[in-house]
Amino acid sequence: MSFYGLVDGSDASLRKYLQALPAVDQVGADARAGMLATRSIKTTSKRWAIDTAISMVDLTTLEGADSPGKVAALCSKAVRPDPTDSSVPSVGAVCVYNDMVAIARAHLDSIGGSHVGLAAVSTAFPSGRASMGVKLQDTRDALDAGASEIDMVIDRGAFLSGDLIGVFNEIVAIRDLCGTRAHLKVIFETGELVTYDNVRKASFLAMAAGADFIKTSTGKIAPAATAPVVLIMLEAVRDFYQMSQRRIGVKPAGGIRNTKDAIKQLVLVNETAGPEWLTPSLFRIGASALLNDLLMQRMKLDDGYYASPQYVTID
Amino acid sequence: MAERIDVKKTYKLFINGAFPRSESGRTYEIKNAKGLFIANPCLASRKDLKDAVVAARLAQPGWSMSTAYNKGQILYRLAEMLEARRTQFVEEIFMTTGVSRVKAEKEVNDSVDRLVWYAGWSDKLASLSGSLNPVAGPYYNFTVPESMGVIAAIAAEMPSLLGLIDTIAPIIVGGNTVVVLASTQSPLCAMSFAEVIATSDVPAGVINILTGKKDEIAPWMASHMDVDGMDISGLGKKSHGGLRIAGAENLKRIYSFQSGGPERILAFLEHKSVWHPIGL
Repeated sequence: MSFYGLVDGSDASLRKYLQALPAVDQVGADARAGMLATRSIKTTSKRWAIDTAISMVDLTTLEGADSPGKVAALCSKAVRPDPTDSSVPSVGAVCVYNDMVAIARAHLDSIGGSHVGLAAVSTAFPSGRASMGVKLQDTRDALDAGASEIDMVIDRGAFLSGDLIGVFNEIVAIRDLCGTRAHLKVIFETGELVTYDNVRKASFLAMAAGADFIKTSTGKIAPAATAPVVLIMLEAVRDFYQMSQRRIGVKPAGGIRNTKDAIKQLVLVNETAGPEWLTPSLFRIGASALLNDLLMQRMKLDDGYYASPQYVTID
Repeated sequence: MAERIDVKKTYKLFINGAFPRSESGRTYEIKNAKGLFIANPCLASRKDLKDAVVAARLAQPGWSMSTAYNKGQILYRLAEMLEARRTQFVEEIFMTTGVSRVKAEKEVNDSVDRLVWYAGWSDKLASLSGSLNPVAGPYYNFTVPESMGVIAAIAAEMPSLLGLIDTIAPIIVGGNTVVVLASTQSPLCAMSFAEVIATSDVPAGVINILTGKKDEIAPWMASHMDVDGMDISGLGKKSHGGLRIAGAENLKRIYSFQSGGPERILAFLEHKSVWHPIGL
Protein backbone atom coordinates (compact mmCIF):
# COMPACT_ATOMS: atom_id res chain seq x y z
CA MET A 1 0.00 0.00 0.00
CA SER A 2 1.30 3.40 -0.96
CA PHE A 3 -0.27 5.49 1.84
CA TYR A 4 -0.92 8.24 -0.76
CA GLY A 5 2.84 8.66 -1.12
CA LEU A 6 2.89 10.50 2.19
CA VAL A 7 4.69 7.82 4.19
CA ASP A 8 6.43 4.61 3.20
CA GLY A 9 5.31 2.58 6.22
CA SER A 10 8.49 3.11 8.20
CA ASP A 11 8.65 4.68 11.62
CA ALA A 12 11.01 7.39 10.36
CA SER A 13 8.81 8.45 7.47
CA LEU A 14 5.71 8.52 9.71
CA ARG A 15 7.49 10.71 12.26
CA LYS A 16 8.71 13.05 9.55
CA TYR A 17 5.20 13.32 8.10
CA LEU A 18 3.59 14.05 11.49
CA GLN A 19 6.32 16.40 12.66
CA ALA A 20 5.72 18.58 9.62
CA LEU A 21 2.23 19.37 10.93
CA PRO A 22 1.85 22.86 12.36
CA ALA A 23 0.80 23.15 16.01
CA VAL A 24 -2.84 23.91 16.79
CA ASP A 25 -3.60 27.41 18.03
CA GLN A 26 -5.63 26.32 21.02
CA VAL A 27 -7.10 29.71 21.86
CA GLY A 28 -7.85 30.34 18.19
CA ALA A 29 -9.58 26.96 17.77
CA ASP A 30 -11.73 27.53 20.86
CA ALA A 31 -12.65 31.02 19.71
CA ARG A 32 -13.46 29.97 16.15
CA ALA A 33 -15.59 27.04 17.29
CA GLY A 34 -17.33 29.30 19.78
CA MET A 35 -18.00 31.93 17.15
CA LEU A 36 -19.44 29.41 14.69
CA ALA A 37 -21.71 28.05 17.42
CA THR A 38 -23.55 31.38 17.55
CA ARG A 39 -24.88 31.13 13.99
CA SER A 40 -28.66 31.19 13.90
CA ILE A 41 -30.28 28.76 11.47
CA LYS A 42 -34.00 29.34 10.94
CA THR A 43 -37.07 28.34 8.88
CA THR A 44 -36.27 26.67 5.55
CA SER A 45 -32.56 26.36 6.34
CA LYS A 46 -33.46 24.76 9.65
CA ARG A 47 -35.83 22.37 7.90
CA TRP A 48 -33.06 21.37 5.49
CA ALA A 49 -30.57 21.06 8.34
CA ILE A 50 -32.88 18.80 10.34
CA ASP A 51 -33.46 16.42 7.44
CA THR A 52 -29.76 16.43 6.58
CA ALA A 53 -28.85 15.75 10.19
CA ILE A 54 -31.34 12.85 10.38
CA SER A 55 -29.76 11.29 7.28
CA MET A 56 -26.35 11.64 8.96
CA VAL A 57 -27.22 10.02 12.28
CA ASP A 58 -25.43 6.81 13.17
CA LEU A 59 -28.16 5.50 15.43
CA THR A 60 -26.22 3.88 18.21
CA THR A 61 -26.80 1.45 21.01
CA LEU A 62 -23.67 0.35 22.83
CA GLU A 63 -24.87 -0.89 26.18
CA GLY A 64 -24.20 -4.01 28.12
CA ALA A 65 -27.97 -4.39 28.31
CA ASP A 66 -28.49 -4.48 24.52
CA SER A 67 -30.85 -7.27 23.58
CA PRO A 68 -31.91 -8.67 20.19
CA GLY A 69 -35.28 -6.97 20.67
CA LYS A 70 -33.73 -3.59 21.33
CA VAL A 71 -31.44 -3.90 18.31
CA ALA A 72 -34.37 -4.90 16.09
CA ALA A 73 -36.39 -1.92 17.32
CA LEU A 74 -33.42 0.34 16.69
CA CYS A 75 -33.13 -0.97 13.12
CA SER A 76 -36.81 -0.31 12.47
CA LYS A 77 -36.41 3.19 13.77
CA ALA A 78 -33.30 3.73 11.64
CA VAL A 79 -35.15 2.84 8.44
CA ARG A 80 -38.31 4.78 9.27
CA PRO A 81 -37.53 7.23 12.09
CA ASP A 82 -41.09 8.56 12.30
CA PRO A 83 -43.63 5.81 11.52
CA THR A 84 -46.33 8.44 11.01
CA ASP A 85 -44.40 10.44 8.44
CA SER A 86 -42.83 8.76 5.42
CA SER A 87 -41.11 11.98 4.32
CA VAL A 88 -38.56 11.60 7.13
CA PRO A 89 -35.34 10.19 5.64
CA SER A 90 -33.67 7.04 6.95
CA VAL A 91 -30.65 7.56 9.16
CA GLY A 92 -27.09 6.98 7.92
CA ALA A 93 -26.38 3.78 9.77
CA VAL A 94 -27.09 1.65 12.79
CA CYS A 95 -24.14 1.23 15.16
CA VAL A 96 -23.97 -1.81 17.45
CA TYR A 97 -21.55 -4.17 19.19
CA ASN A 98 -20.31 -6.90 16.92
CA ASP A 99 -22.31 -9.75 18.47
CA MET A 100 -25.45 -7.83 17.53
CA VAL A 101 -24.42 -7.37 13.89
CA ALA A 102 -26.04 -10.56 12.61
CA ILE A 103 -29.33 -9.69 14.31
CA ALA A 104 -29.26 -6.17 12.93
CA ARG A 105 -28.33 -7.43 9.44
CA ALA A 106 -31.21 -9.89 9.37
CA HIS A 107 -33.68 -7.34 10.64
CA LEU A 108 -32.55 -4.54 8.32
CA ASP A 109 -32.73 -6.83 5.29
CA SER A 110 -36.14 -8.18 6.26
CA ILE A 111 -37.72 -4.73 6.51
CA GLY A 112 -36.21 -3.33 3.33
CA GLY A 113 -33.53 -1.38 5.09
CA SER A 114 -30.49 -2.52 3.14
CA HIS A 115 -29.74 1.09 2.22
CA VAL A 116 -29.04 1.86 5.88
CA GLY A 117 -25.43 1.23 6.85
CA LEU A 118 -24.57 -1.25 9.57
CA ALA A 119 -21.61 -0.21 11.68
CA ALA A 120 -19.93 -2.47 14.22
CA VAL A 121 -17.61 -1.16 16.91
CA SER A 122 -14.47 -3.19 16.84
CA THR A 123 -10.92 -3.81 18.08
CA ALA A 124 -11.88 -4.29 21.74
CA PHE A 125 -14.13 -1.25 21.90
CA PRO A 126 -14.17 0.98 23.89
CA SER A 127 -10.74 0.63 25.55
CA GLY A 128 -8.82 -1.00 22.73
CA ARG A 129 -6.92 -3.03 25.31
CA ALA A 130 -6.54 -6.45 23.74
CA SER A 131 -3.99 -8.36 21.72
CA MET A 132 -3.78 -7.78 17.98
CA GLY A 133 -5.09 -11.29 17.32
CA VAL A 134 -8.23 -10.56 19.32
CA LYS A 135 -8.71 -7.25 17.56
CA LEU A 136 -8.43 -8.86 14.14
CA GLN A 137 -10.80 -11.64 15.08
CA ASP A 138 -13.24 -9.09 16.52
CA THR A 139 -13.26 -7.25 13.21
CA ARG A 140 -13.47 -10.45 11.15
CA ASP A 141 -16.53 -11.55 13.16
CA ALA A 142 -18.30 -8.27 12.47
CA LEU A 143 -17.49 -8.40 8.76
CA ASP A 144 -18.62 -12.01 8.44
CA ALA A 145 -21.88 -11.14 10.20
CA GLY A 146 -22.59 -8.48 7.59
CA ALA A 147 -21.25 -5.19 8.89
CA SER A 148 -20.79 -2.56 6.19
CA GLU A 149 -18.83 -0.20 8.40
CA ILE A 150 -16.21 -0.88 11.04
CA ASP A 151 -15.69 1.62 13.87
CA MET A 152 -12.27 0.72 15.33
CA VAL A 153 -10.65 2.33 18.35
CA ILE A 154 -6.98 3.26 18.33
CA ASP A 155 -4.66 2.15 21.09
CA ARG A 156 -4.51 5.42 23.02
CA GLY A 157 -1.91 4.06 25.40
CA ALA A 158 0.45 3.39 22.52
CA PHE A 159 -0.30 6.75 20.94
CA LEU A 160 0.36 8.70 24.11
CA SER A 161 3.57 6.81 24.85
CA GLY A 162 4.89 7.68 21.40
CA ASP A 163 4.47 4.34 19.65
CA LEU A 164 2.98 6.03 16.60
CA ILE A 165 4.04 3.35 14.16
CA GLY A 166 2.29 0.76 16.34
CA VAL A 167 -0.97 2.67 16.09
CA PHE A 168 -0.41 3.17 12.37
CA ASN A 169 0.22 -0.50 11.75
CA GLU A 170 -2.91 -1.49 13.65
CA ILE A 171 -5.04 0.75 11.51
CA VAL A 172 -3.37 -0.61 8.36
CA ALA A 173 -4.02 -4.18 9.48
CA ILE A 174 -7.70 -3.53 10.12
CA ARG A 175 -7.92 -1.55 6.88
CA ASP A 176 -6.53 -4.53 4.95
CA LEU A 177 -9.00 -6.82 6.66
CA CYS A 178 -11.93 -4.59 5.73
CA GLY A 179 -10.73 -4.39 2.13
CA THR A 180 -13.69 -3.48 -0.03
CA ARG A 181 -16.21 -5.13 2.27
CA ALA A 182 -16.55 -2.29 4.75
CA HIS A 183 -15.78 1.35 5.37
CA LEU A 184 -13.33 1.96 8.18
CA LYS A 185 -13.94 4.60 10.82
CA VAL A 186 -11.10 5.24 13.23
CA ILE A 187 -12.05 6.37 16.75
CA PHE A 188 -9.50 8.51 18.59
CA GLU A 189 -11.28 9.01 21.92
CA THR A 190 -10.23 12.65 21.89
CA GLY A 191 -11.13 13.00 25.56
CA GLU A 192 -8.07 10.83 26.29
CA LEU A 193 -5.70 12.47 23.81
CA VAL A 194 -5.16 15.43 26.16
CA THR A 195 -4.15 18.10 23.63
CA TYR A 196 -5.48 19.52 20.38
CA ASP A 197 -2.07 18.86 18.83
CA ASN A 198 -2.57 15.17 19.53
CA VAL A 199 -5.98 15.28 17.88
CA ARG A 200 -4.44 16.77 14.74
CA LYS A 201 -1.60 14.27 14.80
CA ALA A 202 -3.97 11.32 15.26
CA SER A 203 -6.16 12.60 12.42
CA PHE A 204 -3.31 12.74 9.90
CA LEU A 205 -1.92 9.43 11.12
CA ALA A 206 -5.25 7.66 10.67
CA MET A 207 -5.94 9.22 7.28
CA ALA A 208 -2.54 8.23 5.92
CA ALA A 209 -3.08 4.70 7.23
CA GLY A 210 -6.22 4.42 5.12
CA ALA A 211 -9.17 5.43 7.30
CA ASP A 212 -12.37 6.28 5.43
CA PHE A 213 -13.67 8.22 8.39
CA ILE A 214 -12.14 9.72 11.51
CA LYS A 215 -14.35 9.67 14.59
CA THR A 216 -13.98 11.66 17.79
CA SER A 217 -15.04 9.37 20.57
CA THR A 218 -16.51 6.17 21.84
CA GLY A 219 -19.24 7.97 23.74
CA LYS A 220 -18.03 6.29 26.92
CA ILE A 221 -15.82 9.14 28.06
CA ALA A 222 -16.51 12.84 28.61
CA PRO A 223 -15.61 15.27 27.12
CA ALA A 224 -16.47 13.69 23.80
CA ALA A 225 -17.23 15.56 20.56
CA THR A 226 -16.49 19.11 21.65
CA ALA A 227 -16.75 21.77 18.97
CA PRO A 228 -13.03 22.69 18.85
CA VAL A 229 -12.04 19.03 18.47
CA VAL A 230 -14.48 18.58 15.59
CA LEU A 231 -13.17 21.80 14.07
CA ILE A 232 -9.59 20.50 14.18
CA MET A 233 -10.61 17.21 12.60
CA LEU A 234 -12.55 19.01 9.86
CA GLU A 235 -9.50 21.16 9.14
CA ALA A 236 -7.48 17.97 8.97
CA VAL A 237 -9.72 16.33 6.35
CA ARG A 238 -9.78 19.57 4.35
CA ASP A 239 -5.97 19.79 4.36
CA PHE A 240 -5.60 16.09 3.70
CA TYR A 241 -7.78 16.49 0.62
CA GLN A 242 -5.26 19.04 -0.68
CA MET A 243 -2.45 16.55 -0.09
CA SER A 244 -4.08 13.37 -1.38
CA GLN A 245 -7.11 14.37 -3.50
CA ARG A 246 -9.19 12.05 -1.32
CA ARG A 247 -12.05 13.18 0.90
CA ILE A 248 -12.10 11.54 4.32
CA GLY A 249 -15.27 11.64 6.42
CA VAL A 250 -15.67 12.93 9.97
CA LYS A 251 -17.90 11.50 12.67
CA PRO A 252 -18.39 13.32 15.94
CA ALA A 253 -19.93 11.05 18.54
CA GLY A 254 -20.96 11.52 22.13
CA GLY A 255 -22.63 14.51 23.76
CA ILE A 256 -24.63 15.61 20.71
CA ARG A 257 -28.10 15.35 22.18
CA ASN A 258 -30.31 18.00 20.64
CA THR A 259 -31.10 19.66 17.35
CA LYS A 260 -29.21 22.80 18.26
CA ASP A 261 -26.02 20.78 18.86
CA ALA A 262 -26.48 18.93 15.57
CA ILE A 263 -27.02 22.12 13.59
CA LYS A 264 -23.91 23.60 15.17
CA GLN A 265 -22.01 20.60 13.84
CA LEU A 266 -23.38 21.20 10.34
CA VAL A 267 -22.31 24.85 10.52
CA LEU A 268 -18.81 23.71 11.52
CA VAL A 269 -18.69 21.34 8.55
CA ASN A 270 -19.90 23.92 6.06
CA GLU A 271 -17.53 26.61 7.27
CA THR A 272 -14.47 24.42 7.79
CA ALA A 273 -14.32 21.47 5.40
CA GLY A 274 -16.85 22.96 2.98
CA PRO A 275 -20.28 22.07 1.60
CA GLU A 276 -18.86 18.98 -0.18
CA TRP A 277 -18.73 17.36 3.25
CA LEU A 278 -22.43 17.95 3.97
CA THR A 279 -23.41 14.46 2.93
CA PRO A 280 -23.91 11.25 4.91
CA SER A 281 -21.03 9.65 3.01
CA LEU A 282 -18.62 12.22 4.49
CA PHE A 283 -20.20 13.34 7.73
CA ARG A 284 -21.99 11.30 10.36
CA ILE A 285 -23.16 12.03 13.86
CA GLY A 286 -22.95 9.20 16.38
CA ALA A 287 -25.95 9.54 18.67
CA SER A 288 -28.97 7.90 20.20
CA ALA A 289 -31.09 10.53 21.97
CA LEU A 290 -30.44 13.09 19.23
CA LEU A 291 -32.79 11.46 16.72
CA ASN A 292 -35.88 11.98 18.89
CA ASP A 293 -35.10 15.64 19.34
CA LEU A 294 -34.62 16.07 15.60
CA LEU A 295 -37.99 14.40 15.02
CA MET A 296 -39.66 16.62 17.60
CA GLN A 297 -38.20 19.76 16.06
CA ARG A 298 -39.39 18.57 12.66
CA MET A 299 -42.91 18.08 14.04
CA LYS A 300 -42.77 21.57 15.51
CA LEU A 301 -41.90 23.04 12.11
CA ASP A 302 -44.71 21.09 10.43
CA ASP A 303 -47.42 21.61 13.04
CA GLY A 304 -46.60 25.05 14.37
CA TYR A 305 -46.63 23.98 17.99
CA TYR A 306 -44.16 22.28 20.32
CA ALA A 307 -44.02 18.49 20.22
CA SER A 308 -43.94 16.05 23.12
CA PRO A 309 -41.55 13.13 23.66
CA GLN A 310 -44.67 11.04 24.21
CA TYR A 311 -45.19 11.04 20.44
CA VAL A 312 -41.80 9.57 19.47
CA THR A 313 -40.50 6.12 20.24
CA ILE A 314 -38.34 5.68 23.32
CA ASP A 315 -35.55 3.73 21.59
CA MET B 1 -16.73 60.38 51.13
CA ALA B 2 -18.43 59.74 47.81
CA GLU B 3 -22.08 58.74 47.85
CA ARG B 4 -22.59 55.03 47.57
CA ILE B 5 -23.98 53.75 44.25
CA ASP B 6 -26.97 51.41 44.56
CA VAL B 7 -26.41 47.81 43.50
CA LYS B 8 -29.57 47.04 41.54
CA LYS B 9 -30.86 43.53 41.10
CA THR B 10 -31.05 42.03 37.62
CA TYR B 11 -34.41 40.33 37.41
CA LYS B 12 -34.00 37.13 35.41
CA LEU B 13 -36.09 34.05 34.68
CA PHE B 14 -36.21 30.94 36.85
CA ILE B 15 -35.84 27.75 34.84
CA ASN B 16 -34.67 24.36 36.10
CA GLY B 17 -33.46 25.79 39.40
CA ALA B 18 -31.23 28.36 37.69
CA PHE B 19 -31.65 32.03 36.88
CA PRO B 20 -30.99 32.46 33.14
CA ARG B 21 -31.68 35.58 31.11
CA SER B 22 -34.18 35.20 28.31
CA GLU B 23 -32.71 33.19 25.42
CA SER B 24 -33.96 36.02 23.19
CA GLY B 25 -31.94 38.61 25.10
CA ARG B 26 -35.07 40.77 25.35
CA THR B 27 -36.19 42.78 28.36
CA TYR B 28 -39.05 45.18 28.98
CA GLU B 29 -39.42 48.18 31.20
CA ILE B 30 -41.71 48.38 34.18
CA LYS B 31 -42.75 51.60 35.84
CA ASN B 32 -44.44 52.43 39.09
CA ALA B 33 -47.87 54.05 39.44
CA LYS B 34 -46.30 57.47 38.99
CA GLY B 35 -44.59 56.47 35.75
CA LEU B 36 -41.07 56.25 37.16
CA PHE B 37 -38.72 53.53 35.94
CA ILE B 38 -38.30 50.55 38.29
CA ALA B 39 -36.57 47.69 36.51
CA ASN B 40 -35.94 45.78 33.29
CA PRO B 41 -37.26 42.23 33.77
CA CYS B 42 -36.74 39.60 31.06
CA LEU B 43 -39.24 39.38 28.23
CA ALA B 44 -39.48 35.61 27.92
CA SER B 45 -39.75 34.06 24.45
CA ARG B 46 -41.45 30.85 23.39
CA LYS B 47 -38.06 29.14 23.51
CA ASP B 48 -37.71 30.02 27.17
CA LEU B 49 -41.11 28.39 27.59
CA LYS B 50 -39.88 25.33 25.70
CA ASP B 51 -36.80 25.06 27.92
CA ALA B 52 -38.95 25.43 31.01
CA VAL B 53 -41.32 22.68 29.87
CA VAL B 54 -38.38 20.34 29.24
CA ALA B 55 -37.14 21.03 32.78
CA ALA B 56 -40.60 20.57 34.25
CA ARG B 57 -41.08 17.28 32.41
CA LEU B 58 -37.75 15.94 33.65
CA ALA B 59 -38.53 16.93 37.22
CA GLN B 60 -42.08 15.59 37.22
CA PRO B 61 -41.65 11.86 37.94
CA GLY B 62 -39.29 12.51 40.84
CA TRP B 63 -41.51 15.16 42.40
CA SER B 64 -44.60 13.05 41.93
CA MET B 65 -42.93 10.03 43.55
CA SER B 66 -41.75 11.99 46.59
CA THR B 67 -43.86 11.29 49.65
CA ALA B 68 -46.83 13.49 50.52
CA TYR B 69 -45.09 14.24 53.80
CA ASN B 70 -42.01 15.46 51.96
CA LYS B 71 -44.00 17.62 49.54
CA GLY B 72 -45.84 19.18 52.48
CA GLN B 73 -42.57 19.87 54.25
CA ILE B 74 -41.12 21.58 51.22
CA LEU B 75 -44.19 23.80 50.78
CA TYR B 76 -44.00 24.69 54.45
CA ARG B 77 -40.34 25.50 53.97
CA LEU B 78 -41.36 27.96 51.25
CA ALA B 79 -43.57 29.68 53.80
CA GLU B 80 -40.71 29.82 56.30
CA MET B 81 -38.35 31.36 53.77
CA LEU B 82 -40.93 33.87 52.61
CA GLU B 83 -41.67 34.85 56.20
CA ALA B 84 -37.99 35.61 56.75
CA ARG B 85 -37.92 38.01 53.79
CA ARG B 86 -41.20 39.79 54.37
CA THR B 87 -39.81 43.33 54.24
CA GLN B 88 -38.28 42.82 50.82
CA PHE B 89 -41.57 41.58 49.38
CA VAL B 90 -43.57 44.36 51.00
CA GLU B 91 -41.18 46.86 49.42
CA GLU B 92 -41.44 45.28 45.98
CA ILE B 93 -45.24 45.16 46.02
CA PHE B 94 -45.35 48.72 47.30
CA MET B 95 -42.92 49.86 44.62
CA THR B 96 -44.57 48.22 41.60
CA THR B 97 -48.29 48.41 42.34
CA GLY B 98 -48.76 51.64 44.21
CA VAL B 99 -50.82 50.03 46.98
CA SER B 100 -50.17 51.23 50.52
CA ARG B 101 -47.50 49.60 52.66
CA VAL B 102 -50.20 48.31 55.00
CA LYS B 103 -51.98 46.59 52.12
CA ALA B 104 -48.71 45.23 50.76
CA GLU B 105 -47.88 43.87 54.19
CA LYS B 106 -51.24 42.14 54.37
CA GLU B 107 -50.66 40.55 50.95
CA VAL B 108 -47.33 39.13 52.08
CA ASN B 109 -48.84 37.83 55.33
CA ASP B 110 -51.67 36.22 53.40
CA SER B 111 -49.15 34.68 51.01
CA VAL B 112 -47.21 33.04 53.83
CA ASP B 113 -50.41 31.76 55.42
CA ARG B 114 -51.70 30.51 52.09
CA LEU B 115 -48.51 28.48 51.56
CA VAL B 116 -48.93 26.89 54.97
CA TRP B 117 -52.54 26.12 54.13
CA TYR B 118 -51.64 24.41 50.85
CA ALA B 119 -48.77 22.56 52.55
CA GLY B 120 -51.30 21.01 54.88
CA TRP B 121 -53.28 19.57 51.98
CA SER B 122 -50.42 17.40 50.80
CA ASP B 123 -50.91 14.34 53.02
CA LYS B 124 -54.71 14.67 53.16
CA LEU B 125 -55.47 14.61 49.46
CA ALA B 126 -55.45 10.86 49.03
CA SER B 127 -57.85 10.24 51.90
CA LEU B 128 -60.18 13.13 51.06
CA SER B 129 -60.42 12.82 47.29
CA GLY B 130 -59.75 9.08 47.01
CA SER B 131 -62.18 6.36 47.97
CA LEU B 132 -62.67 2.69 48.73
CA ASN B 133 -65.43 1.78 46.29
CA PRO B 134 -68.23 -0.69 47.00
CA VAL B 135 -67.95 -3.77 44.80
CA ALA B 136 -69.93 -7.02 44.47
CA GLY B 137 -67.02 -9.43 44.65
CA PRO B 138 -64.11 -10.66 46.74
CA TYR B 139 -61.75 -7.80 46.01
CA TYR B 140 -61.09 -4.18 46.89
CA ASN B 141 -61.54 -1.32 44.50
CA PHE B 142 -59.68 1.89 45.26
CA THR B 143 -59.78 5.28 43.61
CA VAL B 144 -56.58 7.22 44.16
CA PRO B 145 -55.54 10.69 43.02
CA GLU B 146 -52.42 10.96 40.89
CA SER B 147 -50.60 13.96 39.48
CA MET B 148 -51.47 15.05 35.96
CA GLY B 149 -47.96 15.98 34.80
CA VAL B 150 -46.66 19.32 33.58
CA ILE B 151 -49.03 22.23 34.12
CA ALA B 152 -48.64 25.64 32.50
CA ALA B 153 -50.18 28.63 34.18
CA ILE B 154 -50.76 32.33 33.78
CA ALA B 155 -50.69 33.98 37.19
CA ALA B 156 -53.11 36.75 38.08
CA GLU B 157 -51.94 40.27 37.27
CA MET B 158 -53.00 41.45 40.74
CA PRO B 159 -52.36 40.68 43.56
CA SER B 160 -49.02 39.71 42.08
CA LEU B 161 -47.53 37.68 44.94
CA LEU B 162 -50.66 36.13 46.43
CA GLY B 163 -51.93 35.43 42.92
CA LEU B 164 -48.70 33.67 42.03
CA ILE B 165 -48.83 31.51 45.14
CA ASP B 166 -52.49 30.68 44.58
CA THR B 167 -51.44 29.50 41.12
CA ILE B 168 -48.27 27.57 41.95
CA ALA B 169 -49.00 25.93 45.30
CA PRO B 170 -52.17 23.99 44.36
CA ILE B 171 -50.52 22.68 41.20
CA ILE B 172 -47.36 21.37 42.83
CA VAL B 173 -48.91 20.06 46.04
CA GLY B 174 -50.52 17.23 44.06
CA GLY B 175 -47.20 16.19 42.46
CA ASN B 176 -47.38 18.22 39.26
CA THR B 177 -44.62 20.47 38.03
CA VAL B 178 -45.39 23.96 36.81
CA VAL B 179 -44.29 26.57 34.31
CA VAL B 180 -45.87 29.86 35.29
CA LEU B 181 -45.91 33.26 33.65
CA ALA B 182 -45.85 35.89 36.38
CA SER B 183 -47.70 39.19 36.48
CA THR B 184 -46.55 41.35 33.57
CA GLN B 185 -46.70 44.71 35.28
CA SER B 186 -45.43 43.68 38.71
CA PRO B 187 -43.12 40.70 38.21
CA LEU B 188 -40.52 41.72 40.77
CA CYS B 189 -41.90 39.80 43.72
CA ALA B 190 -42.39 36.75 41.46
CA MET B 191 -38.70 36.72 40.65
CA SER B 192 -37.79 37.33 44.27
CA PHE B 193 -40.09 34.45 45.14
CA ALA B 194 -37.93 32.36 42.78
CA GLU B 195 -35.05 33.08 45.18
CA VAL B 196 -37.23 31.76 47.99
CA ILE B 197 -37.90 28.62 45.93
CA ALA B 198 -34.21 28.19 45.19
CA THR B 199 -33.44 28.08 48.92
CA SER B 200 -36.34 25.85 49.98
CA ASP B 201 -35.32 22.37 48.80
CA VAL B 202 -37.78 22.49 45.91
CA PRO B 203 -36.13 20.18 43.34
CA ALA B 204 -34.89 21.96 40.20
CA GLY B 205 -37.54 22.13 37.49
CA VAL B 206 -40.56 21.63 39.77
CA ILE B 207 -41.37 25.35 39.65
CA ASN B 208 -40.30 27.43 36.66
CA ILE B 209 -41.16 31.12 36.48
CA LEU B 210 -41.16 33.29 33.38
CA THR B 211 -41.80 37.00 33.03
CA GLY B 212 -43.16 38.60 29.90
CA LYS B 213 -46.26 39.22 27.85
CA LYS B 214 -49.31 37.01 28.36
CA ASP B 215 -50.55 37.34 24.77
CA GLU B 216 -47.19 36.15 23.49
CA ILE B 217 -46.65 33.15 25.79
CA ALA B 218 -50.17 31.83 26.51
CA PRO B 219 -50.91 30.48 22.98
CA TRP B 220 -47.62 28.54 22.98
CA MET B 221 -48.44 27.08 26.37
CA ALA B 222 -51.89 26.06 25.18
CA SER B 223 -50.64 24.35 22.02
CA HIS B 224 -47.57 22.72 23.60
CA MET B 225 -48.01 18.96 23.26
CA ASP B 226 -45.94 18.23 26.36
CA VAL B 227 -48.10 20.32 28.69
CA ASP B 228 -50.89 18.30 30.29
CA GLY B 229 -52.98 21.04 31.85
CA MET B 230 -53.25 24.78 32.01
CA ASP B 231 -54.49 27.36 34.48
CA ILE B 232 -55.67 30.46 32.59
CA SER B 233 -57.12 32.30 35.59
CA GLY B 234 -54.77 35.22 34.98
CA LEU B 235 -56.16 35.91 31.50
CA GLY B 236 -59.16 37.90 30.36
CA LYS B 237 -62.24 35.91 29.33
CA LYS B 238 -61.89 37.00 25.70
CA SER B 239 -58.76 34.91 25.17
CA HIS B 240 -60.14 31.74 26.82
CA GLY B 241 -61.91 30.33 23.75
CA GLY B 242 -58.88 30.48 21.49
CA LEU B 243 -56.65 28.87 24.11
CA ARG B 244 -59.12 26.04 24.71
CA ILE B 245 -59.14 25.32 20.98
CA ALA B 246 -55.33 25.39 20.82
CA GLY B 247 -55.18 23.02 23.79
CA ALA B 248 -57.58 20.50 22.27
CA GLU B 249 -54.87 18.81 20.17
CA ASN B 250 -53.51 16.87 23.16
CA LEU B 251 -56.74 17.03 25.22
CA LYS B 252 -55.18 19.51 27.61
CA ARG B 253 -57.23 20.18 30.74
CA ILE B 254 -57.67 23.96 30.79
CA TYR B 255 -59.24 25.67 33.80
CA SER B 256 -59.95 29.14 35.04
CA PHE B 257 -60.59 29.76 38.74
CA GLN B 258 -62.34 32.59 40.53
CA SER B 259 -60.53 32.16 43.85
CA GLY B 260 -58.04 30.03 45.75
CA GLY B 261 -59.14 26.76 47.32
CA PRO B 262 -59.10 22.98 47.18
CA GLU B 263 -60.76 22.90 43.74
CA ARG B 264 -57.55 24.32 42.33
CA ILE B 265 -55.70 21.29 43.69
CA LEU B 266 -58.30 18.76 42.55
CA ALA B 267 -58.45 20.22 39.03
CA PHE B 268 -54.92 19.04 38.28
CA LEU B 269 -55.22 15.55 39.71
CA GLU B 270 -56.25 12.45 37.82
CA HIS B 271 -58.26 9.87 39.72
CA LYS B 272 -57.37 6.32 38.89
CA SER B 273 -59.25 3.23 40.05
CA VAL B 274 -57.43 0.00 40.78
CA TRP B 275 -58.62 -3.33 42.13
CA HIS B 276 -56.80 -5.46 44.60
CA PRO B 277 -57.66 -9.00 45.70
CA ILE B 278 -58.64 -9.47 49.33
CA GLY B 279 -56.28 -11.50 51.49
CA LEU B 280 -53.05 -10.74 49.68
